Formats: sequence, structure tokens, C-alpha cells
Amino acid sequence: MSTKRNFIDLQRHLKDRTRGAFSAAHTLLPYWHRVTHQWQLESAAEMIHSLFLINHTGDIFLEKHWKSVISRGVCDYFLEVKEKAVEPENVPPVLQTPHHYLISIYRDKLFFLSVIQTEVPPLFVIEFLHRVADTFQDYFGECSESIIKDNVVTVYELLEEMLDNGFPLATESNILKEMIKPPTILRSVVNTLTVLLFFPGSSNVGDKLPTGQLSNIPWRRAAVKYTNNEAYFDVIEEIDAILDKSGMTVFAEIQGVIEACTRLSGMPDLTLSFMNPRLLDDVSFHPCVRFKRWESERVLSFIPPDGNFTLMTYHVSSQNLVAIPVYVKQNISFFETGSCGRLDITIGPKQTMGKMVEGLMVTVHMPKAVLSVNLTASQGNYTYDLATKVLVWDIGKLNPQKPPNLRGTLSVQSGAPRPEENPALDIKLKIQQLAISGLKVNRLDMYGEKYKPFKGVKYMTKAGKFQVRT
Amino acid sequence: MTDSKYFTTTKKGEIFELKAELNSDKKEKKKEAVKKVIASMTVGKDVSALFPDVVNCMQTDNLELKKLVYLYLMNYAKSQPDMAIMAVNTFVKDCEDPNPLIRALAVRTMGCIRVDKITEYLCEPLRKCLKDEDPYVRKTAAVCVAKLHDINAQLVEDQGFLDTLKDLISDSNPMVVANAVAALSEIAESHPNSNLMDLNPQTINKLLTALNECTEWGQIFILDCLANYTPRDDRESQSICERVTPRLSHANSAVVLSAVKVLMKFMEMLPKDLDYYGTLLKKLAPPLVTLLSAEPELQYVALRNINLIVQRRPEILKHEMKVFFVKYNDPIYVKLEKLDIMIRLASQANIAQVLAELKEYATEVDVDFVRKAVRAIGRCAIKVEQSAERCVSTLLDLIQTKVNYVVQEAIVVIKDIFRKYPNKYESVIATLCENLDSLDEPEARAAMIWIVGEYAERIDNADELLESFLEGFHDESTQVQLQLLTAIVKLFLKKPTETQELVQQVLSLATQDSDNPDLRDRGYIYWRLLSTDPVAAKEVVLAEKPLISEETDLIEPTLLEELICHIGTLASVYHKPPSAFVEGSRGVQHKRLPGSAGSGESESPDAGSAGGVSEAPPAVIPSQGDLLGDLLNLDLTPPTATGPPPPSSGMQMGAMDLLGGGLDSLLGGDLGGSPAMGSGFGGPPAAMPASFSAPVSGGLDDLFDLGGGVGMPMGAYSPPKTIWLPAMKAKGLEILGTFARRAGVIQMEMTLTNKAMSVMSDFAIQFNRNSFGLAPAGPLQVLTPLSPNQSIEVALPLNTVGPIMKMEPLNNLQVAVKNNIDVFYFSCQYPISMLFVEDGTMDRQVFLATWKDIPNDNEAQFQIKDCHLNSDAASNKLQGSNIFTIAKRTVEGQDMLYQSIKLTNGIWVLAELKVQAGNPNFMVSLKCRAPEVSQCVFQSYEAVLKN
Repeated sequence: MSTKRNFIDLQRHLKDRTRGAFSAAHTLLPYWHRVTHQWQLESAAEMIHSLFLINHTGDIFLEKHWKSVISRGVCDYFLEVKEKAVEPENVPPVLQTPHHYLISIYRDKLFFLSVIQTEVPPLFVIEFLHRVADTFQDYFGECSESIIKDNVVTVYELLEEMLDNGFPLATESNILKEMIKPPTILRSVVNTLTVLLFFPGSSNVGDKLPTGQLSNIPWRRAAVKYTNNEAYFDVIEEIDAILDKSGMTVFAEIQGVIEACTRLSGMPDLTLSFMNPRLLDDVSFHPCVRFKRWESERVLSFIPPDGNFTLMTYHVSSQNLVAIPVYVKQNISFFETGSCGRLDITIGPKQTMGKMVEGLMVTVHMPKAVLSVNLTASQGNYTYDLATKVLVWDIGKLNPQKPPNLRGTLSVQSGAPRPEENPALDIKLKIQQLAISGLKVNRLDMYGEKYKPFKGVKYMTKAGKFQVRT
Repeated sequence: MTDSKYFTTTKKGEIFELKAELNSDKKEKKKEAVKKVIASMTVGKDVSALFPDVVNCMQTDNLELKKLVYLYLMNYAKSQPDMAIMAVNTFVKDCEDPNPLIRALAVRTMGCIRVDKITEYLCEPLRKCLKDEDPYVRKTAAVCVAKLHDINAQLVEDQGFLDTLKDLISDSNPMVVANAVAALSEIAESHPNSNLMDLNPQTINKLLTALNECTEWGQIFILDCLANYTPRDDRESQSICERVTPRLSHANSAVVLSAVKVLMKFMEMLPKDLDYYGTLLKKLAPPLVTLLSAEPELQYVALRNINLIVQRRPEILKHEMKVFFVKYNDPIYVKLEKLDIMIRLASQANIAQVLAELKEYATEVDVDFVRKAVRAIGRCAIKVEQSAERCVSTLLDLIQTKVNYVVQEAIVVIKDIFRKYPNKYESVIATLCENLDSLDEPEARAAMIWIVGEYAERIDNADELLESFLEGFHDESTQVQLQLLTAIVKLFLKKPTETQELVQQVLSLATQDSDNPDLRDRGYIYWRLLSTDPVAAKEVVLAEKPLISEETDLIEPTLLEELICHIGTLASVYHKPPSAFVEGSRGVQHKRLPGSAGSGESESPDAGSAGGVSEAPPAVIPSQGDLLGDLLNLDLTPPTATGPPPPSSGMQMGAMDLLGGGLDSLLGGDLGGSPAMGSGFGGPPAAMPASFSAPVSGGLDDLFDLGGGVGMPMGAYSPPKTIWLPAMKAKGLEILGTFARRAGVIQMEMTLTNKAMSVMSDFAIQFNRNSFGLAPAGPLQVLTPLSPNQSIEVALPLNTVGPIMKMEPLNNLQVAVKNNIDVFYFSCQYPISMLFVEDGTMDRQVFLATWKDIPNDNEAQFQIKDCHLNSDAASNKLQGSNIFTIAKRTVEGQDMLYQSIKLTNGIWVLAELKVQAGNPNFMVSLKCRAPEVSQCVFQSYEAVLKN
């Protein structure tokens, strides 16, 4: 518990002994790198030993042990760091304790904390934890403390099914659902046929071996049957960008993803081709995609999983391909004397490709000293949260003729020094029916089945981490 | 209804009620009751008391109930072993069930029940399941072998499960292959020498085929296993790389990073002029960039690994600087890592962008991050010479912001820039001086004072500035006091006429009013220098300083190589060798990149020594002693044995008391330790003769030696001979022996006695592989046959170029001696001091840097009891065994000896020996990159000191 203190003592001790001769010019590495004593891991089986679920106030509300029971006291190390980090997002994902490693993720205001005893790839663990969170989301519609508590037995069955002796067992949603029935609310949504086929009786657990488990296409179960056969693809692009004060692009890239929803009977074999596949030089695929064909022909050829899945993600970073849809003119300043400042923000269209910009929202994290704001918005509403010092300006649709403007005064705590930091603006926006990179799907063909499916492609552009510096 | 109903309790007592429900006749009620039990378990309640009742529910054809009971069993079987036995029959029966799901479930659960009695019953069902017709059962059984091995390794070997597991690598189902690989890798980890994973081109081919078809997790296991293989030639290497590259496009980041590991390793074997080499380099960048758009936790691990990759192969990401730009809402742990990589990638081509970014960061909110950003600007200036001017002006802009911690940090780095580019940017000094009053951190104050002192001749009011600091002299930290003393002396030497008063004031403050010995000593030295020979003083104090080195904080090349082989692991996140993680050193195999010049065999298992690297990364001096510290470290020119070390450089080194060190070397290390001398120095400085080294201290040595009553042993300590091989065990041949180091040669000295009735002849000797590669340098010289009851003394010279294998204990040596009768085996332990080489004196600067650089984890402390020696006698004694004292200090009556040792394989051991007058217990602290040797070294200390 007092690892850090011990460390400091150690440092001081060393310094005292050598009277500063070896005074370390402290690296600014986060201290968790320095919290190191000579300790060793047991060389034992089990990659992920235990899992604890902790809410953002630090209560442990679920624990699962795949081997022996580890006392939840091990979480104290984590909680101590969490306490110091102030913001839960800033808790480092890998921590050392005298006998274990703690690897955690923070999702939906919950910490998924795993206890590790052997040298194990941390990404392996982190990916797995995200998969657990995804599965909860998938099963219960949300991933929250209350819903997990409400479904604790299913959660436990899922965890047991997902990991065996540290080896992930079944992490594909399709397979899991064949083994463990989702709770009723969701079950009604699931194709009734499926339920009858796989969950006879009232049992929560399927008693047949999941069909996809062992085939060469583990992501798909056999004997899928739909009356309406449909395949939808959503091309969603997020713009990550940093603009400087003057509006120049410091950095911009596009994170693209193709989300698919396929409800197709039998074993359909799909081929999706693009008008301009050359855009895509950095891609990751769902395991179903045949990489060889992509390499040779630049088409996506795959037997899809049943239901929703992420077909591919891609990344466009070449600057000239990343269009910035809006411009932002801003001025946030604090007066040298007196306790106030001014704010003036205008947003207008830039490269919108003729489409409407919607869902426009500006968030500003004001300096701590800003007590209140008195602003006028030419369009939309603004709120200022006094506790968190967050200003949110919800604009809605962008009117190209009359660019929305927000201006007014900021009052600063009297006597407080003039705020030094410049708050960055965080922009949210949406553009329907546009992939900002210009990516276009050419056609979708289906082989292996005789019916004619209904096909659809949708495009959407959003702001990801879109920041304007002031 | 939701599961939260299972948490409601009644007044009657939960356990009692559950018991009743568990024994109910109704199936549904039973199931609900078990669910309640499980729910309690998940929140950490102890429901083990219900064990028999829950186990009773196990015999059921309801799969869900069965699973729930199994869940419960896994949790509590260990605490109720006798009860758990009750479950065995059901397990065995379930392993025969027609439903493969149940067979698999049973074998899986049995493996999780860590009760010895149960494992015996597990063998037969497991054997069947390993050969099951259903691959689902086989793959579950493969994992079960690993579980069982963890519980009872011997049993697994005896039952031949390992062979079955190896056969599964050729299974037709890729998932079975993946699990077999995972299980074998795990078992191999606890058996480093078992050679379980016999990787040959055939198995590699099977693995590569399975790689395409198995699950993402299986791919990780297979890739990690592939990374352990060493291809026979560059063609095989290329063909593996070709088959691994598609994994770079996998959605699972762990798969991507494992693939990167394999490629980074196998790339070493590819000729650089090969087209494919260039193609591969290009292919590596996009997936690494993509990792940075993942969740922050994944980013963090990716960034720590990218940090290694850019040190090894900067060309991969040299065009991707922008992806490392920091977003304001990145978690702080991501921000700091990104900043680090930005500096590593900074070059002339992108420096403008980098600087603009750094300047932006310097106005952020988070103080830690801002400070690091400001420091980074300084590092850029030092790294990219063309940018220095721009960096300086950026720093000046930042100083204008007047943000306190930014100003202070900026001044600290500007001092470093002055050290790198002397006489270039002095025009900024005026601006710096304006901020004098706002400096409240010692490091910044010290930096500022250094600047004023160093450029005193150009600052008109340097005397006033320094005088202003002098007012609160006693409240300053030592660091600042030392700087101030030196700065004023510099000022005096430059402008002697106006500053005489000032220098006298500071000298008297330092020598008379201070109880800090460092300060006092330095004060006296200056005083004496100034009063004896001002010209010499000028030469010493104002001597030209060496420039500080360019690239800093790079990871040592050997460690880097090893870490590259461990990309994606915890070791790569912590940038520490895996040996720091795994218990003892069992299971640690040091991995090296293939294709290096030196073969791995001549390498010590401790990886402390520098290995032959075919292409050394730039800017790293590959010598063992050079253990890159940080910016503040001086990269000193060769040790100055004759002249004094560059004296004023102490100022650049923060608190490093170089001058104190200089004194030590002048006085042969004896001065500081003797209280008598110390008090003698308290007198007026002029009383000391100009040369005060040899005779005085030599005399003192003698005195102290007499006082200690200990004679000086000559040469290395050698333990008395002991019986290595008793006659009873060797058909009459008795061997007594010891080891000695004589004139730099390690000798094995033996007395061979023939206690048999017949003549012995044809002697020969051989060593098993050992930790340090000890091997006979020649044949065993027993020329005449050994008659009965005859003894002969033999000295066998040894070298350290033999094959290496880590022994337990480290200094164990297994020997085979042959004569005309038979071959005899024995093992003995050599004192590790035999391996201390004569050139083990480490340069003082290197020592300081190394000490600081070796993580504190590697420090081991020992106590040596009942050793009635004073520090000088101890030092002399140790020196005889090549343990060299390179500095000595005295603090509050304690003598601290700083000592260095070099082993034959190039490992350095740094030691601090604490000797307190009148206390027979010495403390020794050892620091070494290969901490395994510490215990042995300590034993040598004890042996040498007590004999």
C-alpha cells in the first residue's frame, strides 16, 4: 500500500547516504514506473487470474477468480493510484504490486481490473477486457453497475465461458449466444427461430455444441434462416484533427469503420468492392475477410458473421485527403486587470462537399478561475457547469448563410491571477450521406446462396477528437 | 425479475435458508438456490459452508444447473478437498457423455480443481479426451494438460501427456493446434531447458498454416511461439515474414503487436539491400499508427513498445511524427509517452513542427506535462543543432509568460544548451537575469547561478546578483550553496579587483559557518588554491569544459535487443529485462536478436556484457561502462589520472560534487576518511603545503594499519583447500582443492592423493558448462604416475572462454576427472572473486552515472558482521582481490567506500561499503545490471574481509 512512500524513502535514503552526489535529476516518467521493488512473479499457469469490477467511486461490486481466490485487498494498490489520479481516465492501465500486475481498462464509468501473475502480453489482457465489456453491452444493452448486478448469474456464466485457465475460449458474440441465452428483453429481439432452435425449454444455457466453434468459420453459426434477407453496411468516418489558433490544420486524420449488419440465410459468400480502394492503405479487418484477395484484387471477400459486426476499420492520414468541414474563429481572452474576460466564437462551413452539417456542438473546458459566463448565442443554447467549468454550446444544424456566433463576458474570481492556460475547443458535428475521405462502395455481390438479399449502404461523417486550440 | 433478487436476505439467516432450498425436491427451486449461492460468491461472500449441499445437485441432466455447480466447485474445492472427492465420479462419468459439450466441460472443470487427490483420477479421462473424436474436446483437453502440469508436473511427464500434446501440434483442426501451442509454451516457461517446443521447419510450417485459420487469441499464442524460432537462413526468414505480414491488418491489437515482434526479430536476418527488406519496413508503419487510434489503454502499451521500436529502427516511423501529437484530452499517461517518442523522432526535417507543438504543450494545464514539454525543447536544441537557435527563442518566449514553473524549467534547460553550445547564446542572459527573483526551486536557482558565474565577465552586475543570493546562504539547499561558492570563485578569478570581499565572505560562510562537509571541503580547496597559486586556481576553476553528449536516455543496446525480442510483453512496457519479472532466474532465457555477429554461446546468461551487434544503433557508445544517464550527466573524456578533473564542471551537474571527487583523487582517497586530517585542515589555509598528497596520507595509512593490527595480505584471497572428492567415492582418488587468482590468471589448485593400492595415471580433467564459462586452459599436468599413498600438487590454469550455462548456485562448477581407473564427477564452488579482473577500476564519472542508472531494484544490501578493520585496511584488503575503491567519503563518522568490480565476462558490480568506527558490522550495498551475482559477490566480500 505504501509502495510509493517506500520508494520515496528509498530515494531519500540514497540521497542522504551519498549526500546528493548521486542526486537523480528526476525523469518525469510517471511515478508508477518508478514504483519498483525487487519482486517477482510466480511462474504459474493462468494468464488472467482474477477479474474485479469497480465503479468510479471505488466500490468493488463483482469478482471472478479463474484459479484460486485472490483477496480483494489487492485492489487497494489500484484504488490508491486512482485516488491520486483524480480523473479516473488518468489511471494508468498497467500497475505493479508486490506480487501481481494489475491491468485495467476504464469503460462506461467502470473499471475492469484484472490480476495477473505471469508475464503475459498486456495488450492481450486489455483486448480481452474490452471484449468482456463489449459482450456485456451486447447482452444487456448497456454496460453499467446496475445492469451487471441485475444479471449477475449470466455475467458469471459468460465470464466462465469466455476464459479457461487464462485462455480465451469463446469471445465471439455469435458463439456465446448459442451457449448462454441473453436475458429476456433482448431475447425477444433475437430471431424467434434461433431461440427455438438453440434454447429449448427455459434453460439459460444451450446444451448443444455451438456450431461455429470448430468450423473454419468460427464466427458464423450454421443453419441460419431468415424470411427477409438483408445486408446493410454503414461507412462511418471520424475526423480527428487539431487546428491551431489561426485555424491552420496542425494534424488531421480520418478513422473510418465499416459496420455491417447481415441477416442472411445459409452460408452466403459476399464480395464488396470500392470505387476508390486506393484510399485504403492502412486497414484492419474482421477475421472473416480473406486477406489474400484484398492484397491481390483490393476487394473484400468474406462469409459474414450473423448479425452486427465491424467489417473493417481504416485510417486515412494523408493530409490532402482530410477535408475540414468547418472553420472556427475564436477569441478567448482575459484582461490583465479587473476580473473578467471575453469570449467570441464563430463557426462556419468550410469543406462540406455541399452537405448539411448537423449536431454541431462546442465544448470548452474553462480555466478553474472562471466563475460564471454571460454570453449570447445567435443560434442554439449554451450551458456552463459551475462545478466542472465546462461550457457547452449546442448549436444543431449549421446555417451556411448565417454562421452561428457565441459571445459575451467571462467573470473571473476576483483577486485570482489571470488564467494562464488557453482552453481548447472540442467540436462535435455530423454529416449524413458523406464519407469525408471520398470512399465509395462500388457493389456488393453474393455467392453461394440463391435468394436475392436486400442491400444497403449508408455513409456518415462525424467529428472524432476534433480540437481547436486557442 | 432480475438477478438482484438473489441478493435479498431474510432475518432467519441466509445460509440456513439456502441449505433448505438446495435440498428441495423441485428442480427449479434447486436451480434458483444455486444461482443465489453463485450470486453471493460473486460479491465475495463466503458460501463454502454449503459445499455438500451444492455438490449434491451435481448429478443432473440440466446443463445449466451442472455448469453452475461446476462454477461453485472451482471456487471452493481447494478449501474442502475431502468433500471434493465426492464429485469425482460424476466428473469421470461426464467425460464419457455422448454430448461433446459435457465431455469438454467436465475435463475443463476437473483441471481447475487444484486438489491432489482429484488429479490422480483426472489422468484417464484426460487421456481419452486428448484423443477424442471431437476437436472441441481435444482443444479443451490440451489446455487441461497445462493446468495439470501446474498442479503436478511430474505426473504429466510420467503419464506421457507432453508427447500427446506435441502430437496435437499436427492436429487437423487449427484451434486444437493453437491451444496445444499455448499449453506447450506455458509449460515450457516453467521448464526453460526442457526443449519442449522443438521448432523445426516442419513444425513452423504447421504453425503458419494454423495461424491463418485459428481464432485471434490462438494467433497470439502462435505468433509468440514463432518469435522464439531462429530461421536457418535469410530465405526462410523472408518466407516466414511474408506469411506473418497479413496479421498486421488484424483488428485485434495484440495480434498486431505480436506480429510486429516476429517481423522485427526476423528482419535482422534479411540483407539490407534486399527489396523485400524495404517493403517490410514500409509495411510496419501503418499498423503501428493504427494502434494509436485505439482505446487509451491500448495506446499506452503500444507507445511503450513504439518507444523501443524507434530506438532500434527509427526509419520505420520517421515520417509519422504527427500521429504522436498530443490531444488535450489524452490521458496524462498517454501524453507523457507521446512526448518521449516525439523527441526520439525529432530531426532536422521536422523540428519546426515539433517545436511549435512543444510550445503549445507548454501552455497546458497539467504541470507535469508542461515541465516535460519545456525540458523536451531543451533536448531538441541539444539533439538537432540547426534548431538550437529556434529552441532558445522558444524558451525565451516561454519565459515571457512568467508562469513560475515554466520559467524555472526553461532556465534549467537553457543551462544545458549553454553547455552544449558555449559562447553562442549569451545574449539571452539579460532576459534570464530579469527572472532571478521568481526562482524558488533549487535546481533552477542553481542553474541560474551557474550561468551567472560562467559568464560573469559579460554580466556587468554579476557581483550584485550573486551577492543577492548570498544573503540567505544558509537557507539555500546544498545544491545551490555549492553552485554559489563556485560561481563566486569564478567571478573572483575573472574580476579580482572588485570582488575580493565577496569571495572572502562566501569562503568563510562555506568553511566556518557551514556544517556540510562537502561545502566545507570545497570551500577549503578553493581557499587554498586561491591563496597558494592563483594562476593554478585559474587554470583549474576556469578550465575548458567538455561538451555534453547528444543523445541521452537511450536504452543500452543489449537490453534494447532483448526487449525487442519481448515486444508486447510486460517487460516491454517496463523497459526492463524479463529476468526482473520471473521468479529467481528460473525460466529466464535471454533472447537475442538473430543475425548478430557474436554467437550467443559465448554470452554470459546474465546479459550484462555487451554483445556483438552487427549494426550498433547510432549515437550510443557501446561500452559497458557507458550507461547513459540523463542530460545533466557529463560525458567525460578519458579518466584524468594526472591532471585534476575539470573542476567547475561540478556546477553543471546539479548536485554532483565533482570537486569533492576531485579532491579525493588528488589525495589518493585517504584524506576525507580520517578525522584527524579533517581537523588539521580546520586551521588557516596557508598552513598547508602546496603538495600534500603522498607522504602524509601514506603515513596515515601505516598508522591506521597498525591501529587495526592487521597485516596487509598480498594478492587475491584464496580460500583454504577443502575436500572436493573423497577417496571413498572415487576408488581411492582423493582431491583437495581451491581456487586462486595469481597475477591475473585463475588457477585451480589441487592436491591429488592416491589412497588406493594401485598406481594411478592418465589423468585428465573436464568441466561441465558453467555460469562464467570457466574452462581448463591446458591439460591437467600430472606427468608421473601417482603411486599408492603419494600426493601431488597440481595447479591448473583456467580461462573463461568455455561454454556457458547458468548454474545454481551461480558459482557452482561441475568437474569430471578421469584416470586409468574410471571417471569421477564432483562439483565445487569457486569464490567469485577469482573472476574479478585487474582493470576493474571504474572511472568516477562513469561510476556515478552507472550507479544512478541501475534501477534501485537491482540493489542488494548485506551486512558483514564482526569485521574488526578500519576502512583503509578494508579497502587495501579488498584491493588485493581486485575490488577497487574509487572514492571515499565520511559522513557523521561513517566511512563510505565506493568500489567497483569487473567480472571476466564484462559485468560490472558497483559497491558501497559503509564502515563505522567502532562498529564491527559493515554494510555493503551492491548494484549490478545482473543482480544475480550480488549474492556471490557479497560472499566474496565477507571471505576477503574476514581472512
